[in-house]
Amino acid sequence: MFSILRSIWLTFLHIFHATETVEYPEVKPYLAPRYRGRIVLTRDAARNERCVACYLCAAACPVDCISLQATEDPQGRRYPEFFRINFSRCIFCGFCEEACPTYAIQLTPDFEMGEYDRQNMVYEKQYLLIAGEGKYPGYNFYENAGVEVGVKGKGEGKNEEMPVDVKELMP
Amino acid sequence: MLICLARGNIKNNDCLSMKYLLIIAGVLLIALSVAAGLIWVERRLLSLWQDRLGPNRVGPFGLAQVIADTVKLFFKEDWIPPFSDRPVFLMAPGILMITILLTFAVIPFGPDFYVFDSNIGILFFLGNSSLGVYSIVLGGWASNNKYSLIGAMRASAQMLTYEVFMGLSLMGVVMMADSFSFCSIVEAQRNGWFIIPQFFGFVVFFIAGVAETHRLPFDIPEAEGELVAGYHSEYSGMKFGMFFVGEYLGITLISAIIATLFFGGWLGPSFLPPVFWFLLKTFFFIGVFILLRASLPRPRYDQLMKFGWKVLFPLALLNLLVTGAVLIFLK
Repeated sequence: MFSILRSIWLTFLHIFHATETVEYPEVKPYLAPRYRGRIVLTRDAARNERCVACYLCAAACPVDCISLQATEDPQGRRYPEFFRINFSRCIFCGFCEEACPTYAIQLTPDFEMGEYDRQNMVYEKQYLLIAGEGKYPGYNFYENAGVEVGVKGKGEGKNEEMPVDVKELMP
Repeated sequence: MLICLARGNIKNNDCLSMKYLLIIAGVLLIALSVAAGLIWVERRLLSLWQDRLGPNRVGPFGLAQVIADTVKLFFKEDWIPPFSDRPVFLMAPGILMITILLTFAVIPFGPDFYVFDSNIGILFFLGNSSLGVYSIVLGGWASNNKYSLIGAMRASAQMLTYEVFMGLSLMGVVMMADSFSFCSIVEAQRNGWFIIPQFFGFVVFFIAGVAETHRLPFDIPEAEGELVAGYHSEYSGMKFGMFFVGEYLGITLISAIIATLFFGGWLGPSFLPPVFWFLLKTFFFIGVFILLRASLPRPRYDQLMKFGWKVLFPLALLNLLVTGAVLIFLK
């Protein structure tokens, strides 16, 4: 009896509580920097594509929504000929970002991707590529490792030693 | 002409006067628009008590939600199940609306604002609410659906139980006012509202009223967690809408009757018109109805029956006896 009246009173007091609702289109919710939203392809500081078309993202993707074709430029630098993400399949798990050895593919805090036509959910490379460096400014894969493509000579990278002459017997 | 017959005291030229028709139109307009508006009021109030915002997109403060809902109901497929008992199925929602709307005729909205002042107003109300049970029982029966039937069975048991002491709880008021007429009962409260001498009558009537309109926490005839939607599972389109609005009309009616019988009806300080006082009191109790929905869980069926017969029924009888004894003693 008393507990019923008490619960009615406590419910009534909720009039004076703040509402939890975020009025979405007018008030944008806070999205953390690491929010897993729309996927982008980033460039390095020299505005070259970071992606080396290694297919690791496509292999890691649990729903197989990434599709790409590798090719090489005259210097021997690999890059994707096309790069396609089907966002109507994508589950925004972030595995592609974890798999990427060059920090090229990244997820961004943006989820507003509504389309009336399903085909418009398929993003080609020109819509995925952004001009900036995303979450890892200053990082360039070829400065640390990789083949010689005009960024550094063989064995001149950071924390990289000169290649061992395998025909020499000395340690 | 029907109005003339119903009214009893006929002055022929006065009968179909514009004022009279205006009152009927006004009562209908208030009752129906309040009932429809309650769809919005209930959702906004509930969300307020649940720390949400509720519908606020359509029109100013989401007020056009009512229109949007009505349009939606009109455009829904009006499906009549092939396995149903067709004439009864079609009739059931209408009965609910008619019985409740008829009762509004005897309620005084203001000193001269009532359709007719019946000298058996309370009995008229009780009789109509008994007839209202038919709507639910027939609706559940004609649906030819197990869940609907269970809902209808529960509704009939619940409403018959609670009707008994709903009537008994009002007898104290009747004894004190010495009349069954709503208008006389309001006049009798000039020296003090009946809530004070008839507090237990009010409590019993209020709980019985909640059960009678089968509102939460006593919504076991519908109980969507258990019975899909109970007696109106098979209803769609405007027939469902009539059950829906009928429920809100019922809330409005019970609130209006509580305000009339226990809280002085249209009586109030004269800086505001009497109709305003009446509506203010009515809306207060509508708010309490919604607050109950927001705060209380649904009892089990046997708990409901036990509570009715073992607590409320003796309380109503006791209230009746004590009121009678005191009145005789004072004479």
